[in-house]
Amino acid sequence: MYRYDEFDQQLVNERVKQFSGQVARRLSGELTEDEFKQLRLMNGVYLQLHAYMLRIAVPYGTLSSKQLRMLAHIGRKYDRGYGHFTTRQNLQFNWPALKDVPDILRDLASVEMHCIQTSGNCIRNVTTDQYAGAARDELEDPRIVSEIIRQWSTFHPEFSFLPRKFKIAVSGTPDDRAAIRVHDIGIQIVENDRKEIGYEIFVGGGLGRTPMVGKKISDFVPKEDLLAYLEAILRVYNMYGRRDNIYKARIKILVHEIGADEMRRQVEAEFAEIRKTGALHLPQEEISRIEAYFRAPAYETLPDESTELNKAVLADPGFANWVKSNVAAHKMPGYAIVNISLKPIGGTPGDCSSDQMDAVADIAEKFSFDELRVTHEQNLTLAHVRKKDLHTVYEALKAHDLATANVGLITDQIACPGLDYCALANARSIPIAQRISERFADIERQHDIGELKINTSGCINACGHHHVGHIGILGVDKKGVEYYQVTLGGAADEKTAVGDIVGPAFTEEQIVDAIETIVTTYLGTRKQGERFIDTYRRVGIDPFKESLYATH
Amino acid sequence: MAQHTRKGAQFQAVTANRLNDGIVVYLTAGGRWSESLQEAAVAEGKEAAEALLARAEPAVADNSIVEPYLFEVARDEGGIRAASVREVIRQAGPTVRLDLGKQAELPDVHR
Amino acid sequence: MQLIRNGAFVEPDFPSVADDEALPEGPAIVSLERWQAEREALRARNTPIGVRLKSGQEPSVIADDLDMLAVVALELPIFRNGRAYSYARLLRERYGYKGEVRAVGNVLRDQFHFMIRCGFDALEVADNITPEIWAENVGVFSYSYQPATDGREPVLSLRQRLAQRAAAREAV
Repeated sequence: MYRYDEFDQQLVNERVKQFSGQVARRLSGELTEDEFKQLRLMNGVYLQLHAYMLRIAVPYGTLSSKQLRMLAHIGRKYDRGYGHFTTRQNLQFNWPALKDVPDILRDLASVEMHCIQTSGNCIRNVTTDQYAGAARDELEDPRIVSEIIRQWSTFHPEFSFLPRKFKIAVSGTPDDRAAIRVHDIGIQIVENDRKEIGYEIFVGGGLGRTPMVGKKISDFVPKEDLLAYLEAILRVYNMYGRRDNIYKARIKILVHEIGADEMRRQVEAEFAEIRKTGALHLPQEEISRIEAYFRAPAYETLPDESTELNKAVLADPGFANWVKSNVAAHKMPGYAIVNISLKPIGGTPGDCSSDQMDAVADIAEKFSFDELRVTHEQNLTLAHVRKKDLHTVYEALKAHDLATANVGLITDQIACPGLDYCALANARSIPIAQRISERFADIERQHDIGELKINTSGCINACGHHHVGHIGILGVDKKGVEYYQVTLGGAADEKTAVGDIVGPAFTEEQIVDAIETIVTTYLGTRKQGERFIDTYRRVGIDPFKESLYATH
Repeated sequence: MAQHTRKGAQFQAVTANRLNDGIVVYLTAGGRWSESLQEAAVAEGKEAAEALLARAEPAVADNSIVEPYLFEVARDEGGIRAASVREVIRQAGPTVRLDLGKQAELPDVHR
Repeated sequence: MQLIRNGAFVEPDFPSVADDEALPEGPAIVSLERWQAEREALRARNTPIGVRLKSGQEPSVIADDLDMLAVVALELPIFRNGRAYSYARLLRERYGYKGEVRAVGNVLRDQFHFMIRCGFDALEVADNITPEIWAENVGVFSYSYQPATDGREPVLSLRQRLAQRAAAREAV
C-alpha cells in the first residue's frame, strides 16, 4: 500500500499544528463558535447529538494492521472503546472531547493518517472497490488512480470552498462495487482498442434529497490527462454550481439543469484550455512511483484447490455457510478474498470495538499481507488469504464475534447512525436494522432469500443510501414521532437505479412486518434463480403494493 | 439554528453542549449547567422561555457552552420529560447502547 | 479594513466607489456595470482604474479590457463562496492579466494561503489581522500537491528532481 514520503508527512504534520492552534484559540475564546465551526468542519469534527464526532479519513478504504491498531488505541484512550465504519470507507468516533482532538491527530499522523477533508464543501475521501488488487476481472488496481486523486485534491487552493461537498469513486472492474454512479464523479477504468488504460467519466450522481444517477460525459480520458479533466469538471462546478440554496448546490443539480450534453461541452472546453498549459499533465514517472506501492504482494504458487479447505467445509457447517456468503474469488490460484461482516445479528451496522480492531489487525498481519480494506457497505475485507488458511481465519474471527455469515444477505444492511447519534436525523436507523436482523436471523432462511440489500437512513440526507437499497427505508419525523417510508428496486451497482416509493410510511411497530411482507411477496413471485432485485425489475412495484396495503 | 421545539409548547427548557467535551447540558434555575435534565429550569409560556434562553448567553460568551436552544418538556410524577424522541435520546444516550451516555451515568434519565 | 499587497500591509488605495457616487480624484474601483456604461469617460480621465466583479460576473466579460485596468477586485460575499478562486486563476492563467487581483469582502485568515496560490496579490482583511497572523497563515503549508498560479513547484515535480539527483549520485 501507499507510504508517505517526506512531503506527504510534512503536510500532515503542518495540518496537525494548524488545527491544534485553531482548537487552542477556540478554547481560549479567541475564536467564536461561528468562526470555529467552519474550521472544525474542514477537519472532520462535528457536534452531534450527545457529543463531538471525529471522522478519520481512510483513503480509498485501505488500512495497514498498524493503522488499525492505532484506531483501536484511539478508541480506547479517547473514546468509548469502539468506532463506526462509514459508507465513505472512513471511521467515526462518537465521543471524543474537543480538547483531545489535537492529541488524536498527532497519534494519527504517526501512522500516516489524518482527518483532512472528511467534511466541509471540498473534495472528500476518494472511495473504491474493496477487492482492489485481488479481483479477477480488474483492468488495473483502482487505488493507484485514487492515490493520485487524493494528492491532487488535498488542500486544493481553488476547490476548498465549493458550492457543496464533492465525492469521487473509482471502479477497476466491470462489476461496480464502489457505487460510482451515485457519486459527484464516478470513474470507471476502461481499456481502449489499442489496449491503453483510461477512464470513463460519470458526473452528477448523488443521493440525498434529490437522488440522481450519474451521466456519462466521457468514454475515454487518457491516463496522463485525468487530473486536467477532473480540474475542468471541478472548475465548471465551482463557477456555475448553485450557491443560493444548499439543497440545490450539488453538481447533480447543475448537470440536471443544463443537461449532460451541455455539461460535457463546458467540461471539454475547459479541459482543452487546461490541457494546453500542460501543468496538470501526469508524468509516467509519477504514475510508476505510485504504482510501485500497489504491486502485487509476494503470493505463493499454490494449487487452486485446497484439501484443507474442502475438508473443513464438510466438517463444519457454520464454516461452510461462511465460505458461501463471505468468501469471494481471488485472481490468484489458491487464494481467496475474505469479507468480515460488521453486521452481527442484532448489532449496529459498521460498529467495531477496539478489541475487535486489534483482532482483525493481527489476523490481517498474519494471513493477508498486513493490510485490509473498509467497504462502503460498512464491512471489512481481507484481500489475499490462502484458501488453506480460511478455516483458521474463520476460527480467529469467530472468537471475536466477527464471523457472521451474512455478507450480501438480508441481514447485511447499511444503516446511518440515525437519531441515536446524529444531530441532523429525524428518526432512528440502527434499531430498525437490528430488528430486521433479528427477524431474519435464521441462516438457512437468509440463504434461501439470497442477495438482498436493505439500506436505512434516518433523514433525507441519505447517509444510509436508502435510495439505492433493493429495499430502502427512510426515517421521517411526524410531530416528534418516527415513521418509516419504504422504497423498492434501488441498486448501486453497474445497473444503478433509484428505488420507487411503495406507499404511505409505516410506524416503528409496523416496519419490520412490512419488510417481511415484501420478502414473502418476493419469495412467492420469484422464478428459479431470481434475486430480489431481478424479480422486482420483472414484476414492478404493484404486487408489493398490494400485499403491503391490502391488509391495512 | 435548527428548531427543536414546537410552536405553542407550554413548557420548555434550555439545552446546549459543553464546549470542551461536547457533553449535553441543561440550564438550571440557579444559572448553572447540569448534565441532568431533572435539574433543568422549566419555563412556562413563550415569554418566559425566551427569557430563559437569554440567560444562556453569558455561558456562550465565556466559551463554556455552545449552541443553546429551547425544547419542549412536560412534567409528570417522574419529573421532567422531554417531549420529542430526539430530546429523549439526547438526555439519555443512544437507545442501542444502554451502557453509554447519561443513562449509564445518571440515576434519573427517562426513556 | 486593511490592505495587504504582496505580503506588505499598505495604506489602502483604489477606494471602491458606489455607482451613484461621484468619482474621487485619483485611482478608484468601479462596478462592472459602471465600467461598461462609462468606459470611454473613465479611460479619458487618464487615472488608473479598477473594476469590481461580483460573484457570478466572470472574468471573461472583461477579458478584452484587462490592459486598461490597474486592479480587478473579486468580491467574496461570504467566505464560503469560492467562485473568486476560479476567477483569479482564469484572470492570471487564461487571460494573462498582470495587474492587481484584489480579494474584497469576507476574507478569513485561513484562506490566505489558498488565495495567494490562486493569483490574488492583494487582500482586504479585517482590522484584527496582524503581520504575524498573516505570515503564519500564508505560509501554513510548506509544499503543495497541485500546480496553481503562484508558480510553486508541485510535490510531484520536487519528487522527480530528488529522484534524478539520487540517480545522478549513483551514476558517479
